[in-house]
Amino acid sequence: MTESLIACDYCDLLQKIPSLEPNQTAKCARCGSILYRSKKDSLNRTLSFTLAGLIFFILANSFPLISLDIQGRTQTSRLITGCVDLYRHGMLSLAALVFATSILMPFLKFIGTAYIFMPLKFSRLTWKTKPIFKILKTIHPWGMIEIYLLGIFVAYVKLSDMATINIGIAAYAFIASILFMVAADASWDPYETWNKLEKNHE
Amino acid sequence: MNNLSAIKASLASCHFCCQLSKSENLPAKQYSACPRCGGTLHFRKPNSISRTWALILAASILYIPANILPVMRVTWKGGSDSDTILSGIMGLMEEGMWLIALIIFVASILIPMLKIISLIFLLISVQIKSSWCPKDRTMLYRVVEGVGRWSMIDIYVISIMVALVQLGAVATVEPELGAVFFASVVVITMFASISFDPRLIWDSFEESNR
Ligand SMILES: [Zn+2]
Ligand SMILES: [Zn+2]
Repeated sequence: MTESLIACDYCDLLQKIPSLEPNQTAKCARCGSILYRSKKDSLNRTLSFTLAGLIFFILANSFPLISLDIQGRTQTSRLITGCVDLYRHGMLSLAALVFATSILMPFLKFIGTAYIFMPLKFSRLTWKTKPIFKILKTIHPWGMIEIYLLGIFVAYVKLSDMATINIGIAAYAFIASILFMVAADASWDPYETWNKLEKNHE
Repeated sequence: MNNLSAIKASLASCHFCCQLSKSENLPAKQYSACPRCGGTLHFRKPNSISRTWALILAASILYIPANILPVMRVTWKGGSDSDTILSGIMGLMEEGMWLIALIIFVASILIPMLKIISLIFLLISVQIKSSWCPKDRTMLYRVVEGVGRWSMIDIYVISIMVALVQLGAVATVEPELGAVFFASVVVITMFASISFDPRLIWDSFEESNR
């Protein structure tokens, strides 16, 4: 009996798992929160978006993000530079927070998702998939690259009357990796993933 | 079946994989492992109310130095200025950067304050077992849960400016202590909203409608 039932995360109402057409959303009958979203071609799309996002995220970390010209002097900065400089100013906790939320967590999210979905795609059994799935769920709110992007925009405007700012190629790769991460999140169907995982482990 | 909550049917929903497990022998405060994913299983988040109160209290205290102390020092054209969050916003308004001033005001001042007030309101409403508008309170919780992360913008702006403006006497941006307090408010309020269990809103609603 429990297989066909689901409890709302927000109000605990027990209800039947609705049978949905692809890309439909079921809302909780009592509190209106999203109960379940069915996704078209979820496995392939999530995997490809994640791999694309991972590649762009690596590129975003490998090249200069922004550079600044003041009175003939140029300063270039990468994604990691902010963390390093905060640390140099003695703000270890701040440096660690910025590093964790803008580099480490997003990176783990890309890697972890790819690690789960690659073997699923080829119906292979994997090692420690379930713990990694749980870690991904836990770190989900702590990856904040889309917020970092807004931070770049704000810093750009703030500095633009003081100096000339040039956007580096890493910034474009960064935007691409955010778009792919959002697309991967939006096409992930956790029910399908768990059904497949269970099948593989039987 | 209608309007039955999972806890009444002795079913615990896994936080990680949403699998329901029959947990008749499970006292309300203990937990076991989810048979599907191995995650810890409980009917309600453990010590949700006291944990959320403790975090909210800590965040409210840290909110004061976060707003009083300067978050950043800018050296430019021979002068040197320390800015608090509020004086930074005023500076942006004086320079006519209204959009940026608005973004920072909403993310750094409005969101943390509303988040703390909303969580206190939700906690009290659950503790007095209010049955008032549970749907709206659930919605309020979802908003609090969703927007809290955006307060990090100011921290990223500081980090980007510190990295970019390191030109000695010509122009320098340095982080200051207020930024650490502000960041801890953001992180602690995020933990507070994670530790609050919105299902408690519906528990007291069900109790009073019995
Ligand atoms: Zn609900
Ligand atoms: Zn589980």
